[in-house]
Amino acid sequence: MDALDLAVIWVILLAIAVLAYVLLDGFDLGIGILFPFLGDESDQTTAMNSVAPVWDGNETWLVLGGGGLFAVFPLAYAVIMPALYAPIIAMLMGLILRGVAFEFRGSTERRRVLWDRSFFLGSLAATLCQGIILGALVQGIPMENRAYAGGWWDWLTPFSLVTGIALVAGYCLLGATWLVLKTEGRLQRRARRMAGIFGLATLAGIGIFSLWTPFLQAGYMEKWFSWPALLYTAPVPLLVLAATFMLFRTLKAGRDLAPFLCAEALFVLSFIGLWISFYPYIVPSSVTIWDAAGPDVSLGFLLVGAVFLLPLILAYTAGVYWVFRGKVRPGEGYH
Amino acid sequence: MEWFTALNVARLQFAFTVSFHIVFPAFTIGLASYLAVLEGLWLATGRNVYQRLFRFWVRIFAVAFGMGVVSGVVMSYQFGTNWSRFSDITGPVLGPLLGYEVLSAFFLEAGFLGVMLFGMNRVGRGLHFFATVMVAVGTLMSAFWILSANSWMQTPAGHVMNSVGQFVPEDWWAVIFNPSFPYRFTHMVLAAYLATAFIVGGVAAHHLLRNSAHRDSRVMFSMAMWMATLVAPLQILVGDLHGLNTAEHQPMKVAAMEAHFETRRGQPLILLGLPDMEAETVHYALEIPKGGSLLLGHAADAEVLGLDRLERGDWPHVPTMFFSFRIMVGLGLIMAGIGLWSLLQRVRGRLFATKSLLHMARLFAPAGLVALLCGWVVTEVGRQPYTVYGLLRTAESVSPIALPAVAGSFAVFIVVYTAVFGVGVFYLLRLMRQDPAAGAVDEEMEEERERTSMLRRLTAWVREQP
Repeated sequence: MDALDLAVIWVILLAIAVLAYVLLDGFDLGIGILFPFLGDESDQTTAMNSVAPVWDGNETWLVLGGGGLFAVFPLAYAVIMPALYAPIIAMLMGLILRGVAFEFRGSTERRRVLWDRSFFLGSLAATLCQGIILGALVQGIPMENRAYAGGWWDWLTPFSLVTGIALVAGYCLLGATWLVLKTEGRLQRRARRMAGIFGLATLAGIGIFSLWTPFLQAGYMEKWFSWPALLYTAPVPLLVLAATFMLFRTLKAGRDLAPFLCAEALFVLSFIGLWISFYPYIVPSSVTIWDAAGPDVSLGFLLVGAVFLLPLILAYTAGVYWVFRGKVRPGEGYH
Repeated sequence: MEWFTALNVARLQFAFTVSFHIVFPAFTIGLASYLAVLEGLWLATGRNVYQRLFRFWVRIFAVAFGMGVVSGVVMSYQFGTNWSRFSDITGPVLGPLLGYEVLSAFFLEAGFLGVMLFGMNRVGRGLHFFATVMVAVGTLMSAFWILSANSWMQTPAGHVMNSVGQFVPEDWWAVIFNPSFPYRFTHMVLAAYLATAFIVGGVAAHHLLRNSAHRDSRVMFSMAMWMATLVAPLQILVGDLHGLNTAEHQPMKVAAMEAHFETRRGQPLILLGLPDMEAETVHYALEIPKGGSLLLGHAADAEVLGLDRLERGDWPHVPTMFFSFRIMVGLGLIMAGIGLWSLLQRVRGRLFATKSLLHMARLFAPAGLVALLCGWVVTEVGRQPYTVYGLLRTAESVSPIALPAVAGSFAVFIVVYTAVFGVGVFYLLRLMRQDPAAGAVDEEMEEERERTSMLRRLTAWVREQP
């Protein structure tokens, strides 16, 4: 493995894409889960309008995650997708049900409640499944002859269910802090209270997940608790505690932006923790990034495009967020 | 029940999800360009009718685009869930093409869509127009990459095999611009434009039939019929070139399309009939003698290959190909006919007054979409029994999944898609039925005012000149 290892560059890029997905779609899925508890119809509409211009772009990072895996780690894609068949299909259905609600909700008066429910249940199902998928990946996926070699229900374990629930709490935290940032008045006060509750729940989720993981596989224990690995693993949980502390302080101080950033920081730190557990495996315990990587000619070709296009994408995405900065103006929309 | 295997259910599931999906992108490829044209005309002329039409169609675009996005996310994961062996083997070639589609098209569309739909009051007119153009460009780029990937599966080129049995690109240019790609891409983009033009024309005709003086609908109808007049004949030409390209690279696909069972000189052109794969013949055939040889070989006694060159088990399903192709061509001819008829009535100054033309336009509003779906059926069924033509069999592409898993997910897809997209199409139709000019000030008075004020300004300017 030399310094310019394409597989390493790509696993970093893909990790960034998945992280971007979680950071961006996390809050808009979270708003879907919190939706029934946000108050009256005008509060709900405000919450939905706060993400309406960006949800589609947020979800595109998920397509990049899936498409990127297919492009540069085709073997990992071919093993993971059948292994996680049911939760992936269920996640996609959830994303359909919530995605169409944005437009359908405005197209009907009579059936609005139906699409409100679809938005809530779809968001909840998609999030739960994403958590279960994460949990199932961390447990490890067996492979033989370049194909998945486990059972159809292997993904369903107490551990994966716990990660599913933890992710629901985490996305709710992101959604609540996003609403603190984007709204005012009654809705903002309510979101602030929710952020407190889900802040605690998220911390509990991260705690349980982190303490459980090392006992799943000896490899994880070694990565986290051996010397000198401890030098770079130990700061991660400490920073998680610091971010949680800051989250509560800034919530209490009535700040708008800071709680959202603290919540996102919790996700970045958890993601770094996952990176430590996974690397150099892309499918834990069976496929390393070098096993899964496509030929250099494929990785290099797409890298040329990514080097030019990713900064451009980040720039105009930031531009779009800038255009829609500030509090949601009530009644804003084209309906 | 022998047919009911995990492989066949996976195929059926893919056909189902991709057919549902393609309708929305096809419509939004055309509509995005149309919206860019409308907004551009509004900015250039200042006529409010273009702004009103933009607002009318952008609502419809948003609903259709949303359905295209969510059904498209499914597609990007379905390769892995149901076709994992295919993904592993073709990933090094097809993965980067799809990766480029995400990077150059999906982000562009999704990013600027928000500005296009919600940003009118937040950015200036110029920037808003830029966003609309970017969305339109995104839809075309997306078509470019996905058609390149599909065409490579039809006419693979530019690759070698590696030690673990994967396709590995050797020459990316040859991969992307594989032999059938330029034809398929042009054919598809024109199909999307034509399908959209007929939907726009149908909606306009619907409103004109209620009120023939409806000015906004007159503008729509005129634009749509220009597209029909110009693009439909062009599409027939491009389709013919695409067919000849297929005859060169995939002659067995053409044989199945035309129900040519036997290789022979002076092959007839069968216009209609009932192909029978068991008896290897076409019942009740209405045919032009030697027409097939003339069309495909440009000589009455040219040899045209028949399905007898293939092993029986490797035949694509002939009746499906035969009828889909004929429906597509038939609708194409009807659309070209409507285009010519509208030109005639336009020249005679009776474009909006010809009731029968308006009725036809409304009746054939979905003709472009139906033709497009039939075209895809022909090209995809005709690729069987391969996923990568001649190189990788469909049976060797499927995931090692059990029948209950794939059948269960298929059942879920059927229920969710029918419910969600059924309702979505219902909303689309309802939006189309609304009056595009609702709440508008009287256009004629407005234009009159504009004209007089321009005249006044002009005379004032003339007077100021020394």
